[in-house]
Amino acid sequence: MVHAVNGISFHLDEGELLAVVGESGSGKSVAMMSLMQLLPMPPAEIASGRVNFQGQDLVKLKASQIRQVRGSRIGFVFQDPMTSLNPVFTVGFQIMEPLREHMGLSKRQARERAIELLELVGIPAADQRIDDYPHQFSGGMRQRVVIAIALACDPKVLIADEPTTALDVTVQAQILELIKELRQNLGMAIIWITHDLGVAAGIADRIVVMYGGQIVEHAAVEDLFDDPQHPYTRALLESLPGRHAAHEKLRSIAGQPPLLLKQPDFCPFSARCKHVFDKCLRQNPPLIAVEGDHRAACWWNPETGGVRDVA
Amino acid sequence: MIDQVSVAPEKVIPPAPGSPVAAEPRKQSTLTADVWRQFRQHKGGVMGAIVFLTIIFLVVFGPYIHGVDPSALNVRERNAGISLAHPMGTDNLGRDTFAQILAGGRTSLSVGVTAMLLSLFVGTTIGVLAGYFKKLEGPLMRLTDLFLALPLLPLLLVIIMLFRDTLRRSFGPETGIFMLIVFVIGITSWMQTARIVRGAVLSVKEQEFVLAAKSIGTRERRIITRHILPNVLSPIMVSATLGIATAIITESALSFLGLGFPSDFPTWGRLLFDGVNFMQINPSRVIWPGLAISLTVLSVNYIGDGIRDALDPRIRGR
Amino acid sequence: MFHYTLRRLMFAVPTLFVISFIIFALLDLAPNDPTGNLPLTIPPEVREQIRMSLGLGEPFHIRYLKWLQQFFIAEPLNFIEQAFGIEIGNSAERVRIRSWATRSPVVDLIVERMPQTLWVVGMSYVVGILIALPVGIISAYRQYSWFDQIGTFVSMVGFSVPTFFTGVVLIVVFSVYLGWFPSIYDTTHRVTGWDSFWVQVRQMILPVMVLALYNAAQLSRFVRASMLDNLNQDYVRTARAKGMKERVVLLVHVLRNSLIPVVTVIALGIPTIFSGAIITEQIFRVNGLGQLLIIAIQGADIPLVQTLTFIFAVLIILCNLIADILYGILDPRIRYD
Repeated sequence: MVHAVNGISFHLDEGELLAVVGESGSGKSVAMMSLMQLLPMPPAEIASGRVNFQGQDLVKLKASQIRQVRGSRIGFVFQDPMTSLNPVFTVGFQIMEPLREHMGLSKRQARERAIELLELVGIPAADQRIDDYPHQFSGGMRQRVVIAIALACDPKVLIADEPTTALDVTVQAQILELIKELRQNLGMAIIWITHDLGVAAGIADRIVVMYGGQIVEHAAVEDLFDDPQHPYTRALLESLPGRHAAHEKLRSIAGQPPLLLKQPDFCPFSARCKHVFDKCLRQNPPLIAVEGDHRAACWWNPETGGVRDVA
Repeated sequence: MIDQVSVAPEKVIPPAPGSPVAAEPRKQSTLTADVWRQFRQHKGGVMGAIVFLTIIFLVVFGPYIHGVDPSALNVRERNAGISLAHPMGTDNLGRDTFAQILAGGRTSLSVGVTAMLLSLFVGTTIGVLAGYFKKLEGPLMRLTDLFLALPLLPLLLVIIMLFRDTLRRSFGPETGIFMLIVFVIGITSWMQTARIVRGAVLSVKEQEFVLAAKSIGTRERRIITRHILPNVLSPIMVSATLGIATAIITESALSFLGLGFPSDFPTWGRLLFDGVNFMQINPSRVIWPGLAISLTVLSVNYIGDGIRDALDPRIRGR
Repeated sequence: MFHYTLRRLMFAVPTLFVISFIIFALLDLAPNDPTGNLPLTIPPEVREQIRMSLGLGEPFHIRYLKWLQQFFIAEPLNFIEQAFGIEIGNSAERVRIRSWATRSPVVDLIVERMPQTLWVVGMSYVVGILIALPVGIISAYRQYSWFDQIGTFVSMVGFSVPTFFTGVVLIVVFSVYLGWFPSIYDTTHRVTGWDSFWVQVRQMILPVMVLALYNAAQLSRFVRASMLDNLNQDYVRTARAKGMKERVVLLVHVLRNSLIPVVTVIALGIPTIFSGAIITEQIFRVNGLGQLLIIAIQGADIPLVQTLTFIFAVLIILCNLIADILYGILDPRIRYD
C-alpha cells in the first residue's frame, strides 16, 4: 500500500490560477484527480479529508451526484492528448456529449456551441473540422480539443494536469497563450499541475510546491521566486539552467523521491536535504507561516541558518 | 473568498504494486524460473497439468493394471452396467468399455501429440524463415494466407477419402491411417503457429544481442538456433498445447464422421461413433469416450492458458 | 474507402483461382473411377463412352479450363435460375455438372438442401452472439468477480467439449430422458401454419443450441479480452471526467472500440460454423449441405464434392473480404489510407 498523498490542504479563489509544482511521484496528479473521485476506487482509497466546493463536500458525494459536478462545474484536462480522445468518435461528438448531458441542449444547439468552442480554442475552419476524427489532428490541436471539451459547460474551475508536457516547446507556448486568453475572457479558476517552474512563473498567481505527497511550500508567485523558503524549492530554482553561468555544471538534486508505505513521521525531503538536522528526522514539519500567505513546511530557517520557531 | 475549493488533510492511497518496494531483496532468477513460478499460481493451469498427466499415466500404464483385452468378446455380459470387473460397463458385444477407452486413449493421444509436433515443426520453420529472411517473408506469408483460406474440414475429408486405400495397401491398415491422419492434421494446422512465430522472430531480431552476434560474424544458422529460437520458445509452447487440443478434437471428429481409423481399431472418436447407434439402450457408451475427449482437451486448454498468463509480463510479478 | 475495398478484392480473386486449381487438381488426381460403382455387366466400350461424356478423356489443362468455365459462368447462372425460378439465356443447352450418384444436376441438389443448413447455421450464430456479447462485457467490467470466474470456466468447457459430444449428450438428456424435443429431424416437414412452424422450431432447437453454445464460448472470451484491453485506456478516464454516466462510458465509448476486432472475428467465424454444421447435421440427421458433403465423399461422387468444397472456399474468401471491409468501416483510422 502506497501513501501517495499525506495530508494536503489548500484553497482556490475565484478566478485565480494556482500552479501545483512537483516532480513525478510527488502525488500532485493523484491529489487533483481525487478531488473529483476520478481515481479507480478500488484499489485507491481516500482515507480522510474534505473537498469544499460551492457549499458541498465532494468527497461525500454519491456517484450520481459527483457526475453532475464533473465536466459541468469542474473541467479536467489530462496530460496526453494522443490518448485522451476516443479514436472512433468525431471530435464534434465528444464535445457535444457533455453539452447534451449536463446542459440538455438539442443536437443542433450542441453542434453550434461545439463549433463556437472549437473557434474559441483556436482551431481553424471549425465548422468543417468538427466532423473530423482525433487522428486527423496534430498533438497541439488535439490538446486544444481536450480544452474545448473541458470548457464546454462553462465550469467554475479548470484542472489541467501537465497539459503541455507531451507537446513540443513551441506548441506549449501557444497553449499557454490560449489559456491566458481564455482565463481573461471566461474568468474561471484554474489549477495548473506542472513539473516546470518556468511555466508556473509565466501564468500562475499562486504556487503550491509538492513533495513526497505533501505540500512543502505555498506562496504567491513573486514571493516564491524572490524568497524561496523550503530547501526543495530552493534546489529546484537552482537547477534551472538559466540560473547558471555558461560552462558551469548543472545542479541537480541528488537522490530519488520517496515511495511512502506509511505516513511518515519525519520530513520526506530529509534524505536529500543539504540542511537537514536532528529535528527533521523526528518530526514531520507542518506548514509554518513565514510572511503573510507565504508558508513552508520546514524546520530550517534560511535567514538564520537555525531552527525555525513555530509562530 | 467565494467558490473556493479547500482540501483539508487527506491521505489518498492509490493502487498498490503488490509487493512492498525496497523491503525484500529481489532474488536472482531466470526467465524459466519466473515463468514456472507464475504458472504455479494459475490455479487452472496447475489443475489442468495434474489432470492431463493423470490421463497420460492411465493411458500408458492402465492396460497393464486393468489387464482386460479391449477386443475380447464376451457376449453373455453385453450391455452390462458399472461393476468391478467392468468399471465402465460393456458394449453390445460384451467388450469391456474401460479397456477400450484406455486403448483408444493411446491412439488418440499419440495422434494428437504427433500431429501437433508435425504442425509445430512446419509452423516454426516457416515462421522463423519468414521472420528472419526479409526476402522470404512475402511469399511465405502469402502461402500462409492461402492455407488459411482453404476450407479445412471438407479438404481433410476429401484427402482421407482419396488416399486412404493407397496408404492402407502400402503400410497396413493401422499405420497407414495413422500416418494419413497425422499428416493431414499436421499440414492443415501450422498456420497459426507460423504467424505467431514470425511475429516473435521479428521483434527478437531487432534486439541488441542479435546485432552483437552478427557483428562478431556468427553464421545465420547459428544465430537462429542459439539466439532467436530460445527467445521465441514461449509463444511456441502456447501454440503447442493448443495444437494438441485441436489435433485431438480433429481426429475425433474425423473418426466420428466415419473417416478415421477403421472400426476394429478404437479411438475415442470411433468409440463415440460406434456408440451413437446404441445411445438409447446404453448411453454410457457415448458418455465415457466423450468425457475422455472433453477432459483431455479441457486440461490441455487450461495448461495453455496458464502458460500464456505466465508469459505475460504485465501479470508476472504482480 | 473505395480504394481500400478494391485492393482487398484484388487479393481475393487470385486466391480464389489458386484454390479452385488446388481443389480441381486434388480431386482429379484421385485414384477413383466414377464408373466403378456401376454394375459390372456394362461392356467396356459403353463404360468408355460414359467416361468420355463425363469429360474424363481430355488432357488435364483442357479439363481444368472447361471446369473453370463451368464453375464460374455456367453453374452460377444455373444456381440463380434454380433459386429464383427464372430463366437466363438458353439454359436448356447449357451443360450441367451432374452428380455421379443421382445423375441430377449438382446445383439442384444444393439449392434443395441449402435452406435447412442456412436456417440452423444462421440461428445458431445469432443466438451465439446474443449470448456471448453480454457475458463478455459483464465479465470484463467485473473482472475476477464470481460471474467472471464462472463465465470463464463455462467458456473453457464450452469450447473444449467437441460439438459431437454435446450434441449426443443433449439428445440423451432432452430426447431420450425428458422427451421434450425430437431426436431425429423430420426432413419432409413443411411449415404451413403456426403449428407446423412451432414443430419446426422444436426440432431445430437442439442442433441450434449445440452450435450456438460452442460459438458463444469462444466469442465471449474474445469479447472479454477486447473489452479489458479498452477499459484501461485514457479516453475512458476522459469520458468519466466529462461526467458521463457509467453505462454510457461502458456501452458507448468502450464497446464501440472493443467491437472492432470482435466484428472481424465474427465475420471470420462464419466458415467455421459451417464446418460445425457438417458434424451437427450428422448427429441430428438434418438434410442439409453438410450431410450432402459426407454422402458425396463416402460415395466418391467427385463433381458433388468439387462443387461443395469450392462453395466452401468461396465462402471463406468472401468472409475474409467482409471482415476486412467491416474493419475499415468501423475503425476510422484505417479508412483514409
